[in-house]
Amino acid sequence: MTTPHEAVIGSTGLDHRKMGVWAFLGSECMFFGSLIATYLVYKGRSLSGPTPHEILNIPLTSISTFVLLMSSLLMVLALAAVQRGDALGARLWLFGTPFFGMIFLGFQVYEFATFVREGLTLQVNLFGASFFVLTGFHGAHVSVGVVWLLTLWTLALRNRLTRADALIVEIAGLYWHFVDIVWIVIFTLVYLIQ
Amino acid sequence: MTRGVWGWITTVDHKRIGILYGVTAFVFLLVGGFEAALIRLQLARPDGAVVSAGTYNELFTMHGTTMVFLAVMPLNAAFFNYIVPLMLGARDVAFPRLNALSYWIFLFGSLFLNASFFVNAAPNAGWFGYANLTAKQFSPGANIDFWVISLQLLGVSSLIAGFNFIVTILNMRAPGMTFMRMPVFVWMTLVTQFLIVLAFPVITVGLILLLFDRFFGTNFYNPGAGGNPLLWQHLFWLFGHPEVYILILPAMGIVSEVLPTFARKPLFGYPVVVYSGMLIGLFGFGVWSHHMFTVGLGAVVDSAFAVGTMLIGIPTGVKIFNWIATLWGGRIRLTTALWFALGFIAMFLMGGLSGIMHASPPVDMQQQDSYFVVAHLHYVLVGGSLFGIFAGLYYWWPKMTGRMLSERAGRWNFWLMFVGFNVTFFPMHFLGLLGMPRRIYTYAGGLGWDLWNLVSTVGVFILALGILVFIGNAVASLRSAAPAPADPWDGRTLEWAVSSPPPEYNFRNIPTVHHRDELWALKAGRAPVEAAPPPPREIHLPPPSFYPIVVAAGVVLAATGALTHLALVVAGALVVVFGAYRWAFEYRSSLGGGLRPPSDASPRGLRGQSPRSSGPR
Repeated sequence: MTTPHEAVIGSTGLDHRKMGVWAFLGSECMFFGSLIATYLVYKGRSLSGPTPHEILNIPLTSISTFVLLMSSLLMVLALAAVQRGDALGARLWLFGTPFFGMIFLGFQVYEFATFVREGLTLQVNLFGASFFVLTGFHGAHVSVGVVWLLTLWTLALRNRLTRADALIVEIAGLYWHFVDIVWIVIFTLVYLIQ
Repeated sequence: MTRGVWGWITTVDHKRIGILYGVTAFVFLLVGGFEAALIRLQLARPDGAVVSAGTYNELFTMHGTTMVFLAVMPLNAAFFNYIVPLMLGARDVAFPRLNALSYWIFLFGSLFLNASFFVNAAPNAGWFGYANLTAKQFSPGANIDFWVISLQLLGVSSLIAGFNFIVTILNMRAPGMTFMRMPVFVWMTLVTQFLIVLAFPVITVGLILLLFDRFFGTNFYNPGAGGNPLLWQHLFWLFGHPEVYILILPAMGIVSEVLPTFARKPLFGYPVVVYSGMLIGLFGFGVWSHHMFTVGLGAVVDSAFAVGTMLIGIPTGVKIFNWIATLWGGRIRLTTALWFALGFIAMFLMGGLSGIMHASPPVDMQQQDSYFVVAHLHYVLVGGSLFGIFAGLYYWWPKMTGRMLSERAGRWNFWLMFVGFNVTFFPMHFLGLLGMPRRIYTYAGGLGWDLWNLVSTVGVFILALGILVFIGNAVASLRSAAPAPADPWDGRTLEWAVSSPPPEYNFRNIPTVHHRDELWALKAGRAPVEAAPPPPREIHLPPPSFYPIVVAAGVVLAATGALTHLALVVAGALVVVFGAYRWAFEYRSSLGGGLRPPSDASPRGLRGQSPRSSGPR
C-alpha cells in the first residue's frame, strides 16, 4: 500500500487522520449540541398535539437503543480482530457492527412511519419539527457509518484489510462510538425525561 | 510539476491553492467593493434614485455576505495556505487533497451565491438574515434560498479547511518547533481554525432549520405556530460573534510578524500576545447576545453579556500595548508593509473603542441599527482586517511571486486607502449619532445628514483609487519588477530561509528549530549550524488529484438541484459518492475489483534537484 506521505505520524505522536477525526468530532458536538438545544428550547411549546408522551414508545426505542449500544461492542471486537490480524473475526464483526446499525435504522424507519400515521409530521407542530430533524440527522449519521463500515467489510472480505490498516478501522470506530454516544444523550433527553 | 490549466485544477500544492484563494478572494473584494460604491452613490444625496429600494436591499445583503465570506475569510485563507506550512518547516498541509476540496467548494459556493444576480433573485434580507423576514411568507422568491444554500456550501469549505489546519499546525511542526516557538501568525491561525470548527456547526444548524421552514413547511421560526424568531438570532450570533474574531485574529497574526521584522526587535511579550489571542477566541464564544441588547432579554442577561464584552477589551488592549512596545526603541524601517501594520493598529484601536462604547446596553440601545454601528464594524473589518491583509500582501508578495512590489506605489496605495477609508467611515459616526438608521435606501433632505453622506461617498472613490494603485503595482511587479531575493526583509521566520517563490517541496531538508526567531538566530550565529545532511535522494510529494474538484462539482450540482429539480440533487449526491470513493482508494494501489489507482499515482520523485536560485541580492 502506498500513502501520499512518507510518514503520517506527526509532531504530537498522533496520526494525522486520527487527529483530523477528533477535530471533526469536536465540531460535531457543536452540531448536535445546537440541534438538541433547539429541541429542548421548543419542548412544551407546541400549540397543538400530538405531544411526546402521547406518541413516544419507550419500550420499543429501548430495544433499538440496546441494539445500537451492542453495535459499539461489536465495533470494539472488530478493531481488536483487525489489530490481531484475525481475518475471520474482522469479517464477522465488521459485518455485525453495521448490521446492528441497520437494525437500529429499521426501528427508526418503523418509528417514523408509525408517528406519521398517528398524526405527528414535520409540519403539525414544533415537537414534530424538532423531533424529526434531530433524530433524522442522527439517523443520517448512522447511515453514513453503516456505509463506511460495510466498505471496510468488503475490504476485509477481499483480504485487503491487514494489521497495518488497523488505524482506518480505529478511525471508523471513533466515529461510530461518537454517533452512539449522541444517541444516548438523545434517548435520555427526548425519550426518558419527558 | 504538472503545468497549464489542468495542473491548477488538479493541484494539491498548498502554495498554488493559496494563490487560487488569494486571486479569487481579491476578485470578490472588488465585487463587494463595487456593491459598496453603488450603495454610497445611492446615499450621496437625499432622495437618491440610482437604484430601486429592492435593488438596494440586494446590494447591502450581498455586500456584507461577499465581504465576510468571499473576500476577507478567503484572503486570510490564502495566507494560511501559502505561509503556514512554510513557517512550520513543513512540505505541505496534513491533507493536501482536502485542502483542494476546500478551495473548490469555496469557489463554486461563491459563484452559486452570485449567480443569483443573473436570475434576478439576489439575497435581500441582510447578511444576518433575521427570521422571520426570511420566512417563505415574507420572502417568497428564491433570493433567500440562494443565500441559505451558498452559506451552507461556504461553511462546509471553511470546516474542512479548519480540520486540515488544526492537524497541520499541531502535527507538522519541524523538529524543535515547540508551541512557544511557533510564529504568532501560526498561533493566530490555529486559534482561528478552532473558532471556525466550533462556530460554523451552529450556523449550519440555524440554516438547516431555516431550510426546513422554507422547503418542508416546518415552523421553527414562525411565531404563529409557537416558534421563536429569537432562536435564529441566538444561533446566528453564537456563530456570528466568533466569526468576527475569525476575521480579525489572522490580521493580528500578520501584524505580529510584520512589526518585529521592520522594528528589528523580537515581538514584545510573545507569550502574552499568544495567550491574549487564545483568550479573545475563548471569550468570543460568550458574548453573542451583545448583538441582541434591544430584544429585551432582561437586565441580568444584558449585564452579563456587557461584562463579558468589556472583558474582551483586556486581551485586545494587551496586544495593542505589546505591538507598540515592539516598535519602541526599534530600528524602524518604514516599508509599506509596516505602514499598513501601523494603520491597522490605529484604525483597529478606534474600532475597538467604539466597540467598548456599545458594549454598554444603554449606550447600545441608542446606537443599535444606526450608522454608528456601521462605522464601528468597518473600522474593525476594513481598518482592522483589510489593512492587516494588505500588510501581509506587501510583506509576503516577494515570497509568493518572486518579484518585488514598488515601495513608491505602495506608499501611494497606503495613504490613498488610509485617507479614503477615514473620509468614508469617520463621518458615519456623526450620521449614526444624528439618528440615521442603517439599511434605509434613501432619506429626506434637511435632517442634517446631507453633508456627511456626501463626504462619505467621496471617500469611497479615494479608497477605490488606493485599490487601483495596488492593482497597478501588482501588475507592474509581475511584468517587470526585479526578482525578489529569498530574504528581502531580513526576516525572522522559516519562510525566508527558502527561495522566492519556494521550490515545490519547500525545504530540501526539513529544518531543525532552536529559536523563536530561528532565522535571525541563524544569521546572527546564535543557533547551532549543523553540518548539512546530504539532500534526500527523493522527496515524496502528494501527486495531483482531480477528485477534489469532482466532489466539489457534485456538491454544487446537488445545491443547484435544490433550487431546480430533485433529479439534480440525486445526480449530485451520486457524483459526490463516486468522487469520495475514488478519492479514498486513490492510493490503495493494492486494491482489486476495478478501483485502480490513476496512472499518475506514483509519488513524484524529485531526484537530485537543487532549489531554485534565490536571485541577486
